[in-house]
Amino acid sequence: MSDSPNVKKHSSSILAYTAGLAFALLLTGGSFWVSQSHTLWGPGLPVGLAVLAIAQMGVHLVFFLHVGSGPDDTNTVLALAFGILIVTLVVSGSLWIMSNLNGNMMPPSAIMEMSR
Amino acid sequence: VSAAEATAESTGVTNLNVSGGEAGPAPVAIVVSYGFWIFLLSDIIMFSALFATYAVLSGQTDGGPSGRELFDTWNVGIETLCLLFSSYSCGLGSAFIERRNLSAFYTLCAITFLLGAIFLGLEFHEFAGMVARGAGPSRSAFLSAFFALVGLHGAHVSIGLIWLAFMVAQIVSKGPRDFVLRRLRCFSLFWHALDIIWVALMSLVYLMAVRV
Repeated sequence: MSDSPNVKKHSSSILAYTAGLAFALLLTGGSFWVSQSHTLWGPGLPVGLAVLAIAQMGVHLVFFLHVGSGPDDTNTVLALAFGILIVTLVVSGSLWIMSNLNGNMMPPSAIMEMSR
Repeated sequence: VSAAEATAESTGVTNLNVSGGEAGPAPVAIVVSYGFWIFLLSDIIMFSALFATYAVLSGQTDGGPSGRELFDTWNVGIETLCLLFSSYSCGLGSAFIERRNLSAFYTLCAITFLLGAIFLGLEFHEFAGMVARGAGPSRSAFLSAFFALVGLHGAHVSIGLIWLAFMVAQIVSKGPRDFVLRRLRCFSLFWHALDIIWVALMSLVYLMAVRV
């Protein structure tokens, strides 16, 4: 095995990690700043934080976990897409069902009335 | 017909043999990291169930302290930086071991371990402080969900530290051989995935509670 492609890969991976660190620091700083300052309209804050968090997860996936578009990554990306589907179903489905149940729950006074 | 055939070919079911075409099975390194990737995704799905629980229960404080009163933004910030730089030094370490630069690798592993240990110490300190002021996991549904979710991440970090120590010991005793490097690559994936989960924890659990 010749050394030159190895060295090239080496320096490019260090560059990728450093770029990923810079992006991640920027996005983390953004999240903390948004949560502390009053730049964002209050009720929009959760959406802003979620967007920043998803952006940072993307940065981590690409620069740290090296999920890319290369031929070796096809299966990785497909599995990731399936994982994201399941996570979305679990989280949004739970929130939806539980808020629906909460909305339809009998008020405590009515429960007291029934148990009498 | 030809278009359909082309799609069927490009999305073949057993597509693991992507690098070689008809040259035989994929290299072990690719199969191993793919398998570990599947494990990580299933781990993330387990976390998503606890995230959903926390999101549902985060308002149910039962008259006890809320997240806004309990969480310390500075503590969370330092924890975040610890994990982020730990992830970075772990990545650099795996880049140096690929080049057989052992001394740089050991230094970076020590930094990774130290930052992870500082993170765990801060988290333990936070938990102990909360329990001391009567805000333990049995206080309210919100706190049960909080301790389950953040505690599970902390348990993963502890296991990661033990794994890192084992990996360094294997490099010392067996040298940077192929099967040791494959295990090291899996550890690196694991450590980066923990950082991804922490990003979700930091924004959705801690920062969201500060001003809602």
